Amino acid sequence: MSAVIDEGTYKALEEAAGAEFVAQLARTFLEEAPRMIEQMNAALAAGDAETFRRAAHSLKSNSATFGALGLAKSSRELELSAAERVAHADRAAVERLARDYADVAHDLQERARA
Amino acid sequence: MRDARQAPARLLVADDNKVNRLLLTRSLELQGHAVATAANGRAALEMLRAGPFDLMLLDIEMPELDGFQVLEQLAADVQLRDLPVIVTSSLEGVESVVRCIELGAEDYLAKPVNPVLLKARIDASLEKKRLRDQQKELVRRFATSEVAQDLQQSGFALGGRKVHASVMFSDIRGFTTLVESRPPEEVIELLNTYYTLMFDAISGQGGVVNQMVGDGLMAIFGAPLPLADPAGSAVAAAKEMMDLVGLFNREQAAGGKPEIRIGIGIATGDVVAGYTGTQQRATYTCVGDTVNLAARLEARTKDAGRSILIDGATRSALGAGVAVESLGPAAVKGKTVPVDVFAVEVK
Repeated sequence: MSAVIDEGTYKALEEAAGAEFVAQLARTFLEEAPRMIEQMNAALAAGDAETFRRAAHSLKSNSATFGALGLAKSSRELELSAAERVAHADRAAVERLARDYADVAHDLQERARA
Repeated sequence: MRDARQAPARLLVADDNKVNRLLLTRSLELQGHAVATAANGRAALEMLRAGPFDLMLLDIEMPELDGFQVLEQLAADVQLRDLPVIVTSSLEGVESVVRCIELGAEDYLAKPVNPVLLKARIDASLEKKRLRDQQKELVRRFATSEVAQDLQQSGFALGGRKVHASVMFSDIRGFTTLVESRPPEEVIELLNTYYTLMFDAISGQGGVVNQMVGDGLMAIFGAPLPLADPAGSAVAAAKEMMDLVGLFNREQAAGGKPEIRIGIGIATGDVVAGYTGTQQRATYTCVGDTVNLAARLEARTKDAGRSILIDGATRSALGAGVAVESLGPAAVKGKTVPVDVFAVEVK
């Protein structure tokens, strides 16, 4: 159906936890994830690599849960390169991540509504 | 059939991430456990100190106190150091996993957590905790005064003493083939039921299971609690184990599931018994020739085509009421002279 969410992972999650629960869980993620991205932007401005890394780590973990493998990959990349990103105030990297997230969010909203 | 896991366990999920917390809680509740949650390490420790918990799932990256610090505090806490902890994290790098295990975590599961693996690890951890609790209880109830005193002073009686005891080894034959041919949930289920039954038979006769490795177990009769007739108790337990396996197999067959065969070896003599391990993880065990002989006898059961094999010392200690058949002397690895081997007759 979509390229941003891995169908197998999402189905397996639904089978293990129940479709209704997963829809709820997706809504929670949609509330939490924008905060994580905001945190990353704030951390960039403040030069706080640790907060940046943690927020990327959380986003990675949750994306992988829903099968958002592309988003998990780009979050992981930012988690691992946190010090460098913060040192160079790399806003463009977070913007790319936010765009990846927007695609995932759109897809998850559709699913959570269905 | 009795099932140790019917009693719901009380579990704590410590994770700062809401999605992870909700999902882990859901998985555990679906497994029938009661779940409480903490959003950081400090809150987790407070909850553990306030109420009894059977197991904790611990995230590493958390504010206030992180998972490593929680593990350190648990290890330093006499009340909490035996609590099984399974770390669930998406930490990068194998060093972090090693560090968790070194700090006393029982297991490590990478996120996202596979629900089947989660269930298997939790069941195994809870079973091990049950074993530890049972051992501690036995020591409390039956330890000799000197051991009890040591226990009060150090928490563990480290160092050993020489005791007269019977040692039993038992395992499931052809278990590897079984593992390869059945779904993982079924294997874990089977192992759990099997262990529950074997524990009942052994502790019912005053024995103590002190090792479980895969499908095998080792039990001691006569230590830490002295028994009037260790050999008789060990053989009685072995016969009961065979009966229970028979009943279990009937249920398995009725459900279209595979049956199991077990082999048991028993030897009697002097052993050096005591606590080994560290202050965090200690187990009552015994070592010596008798232990090796029991293990060798168990290994022979398959070739001998018998379920229970015992040595001469065990045979001599048995009353006339137990039917045994002499299989003659046999060369045993680690022994310079052949030893007399006897088979206990099983209905």
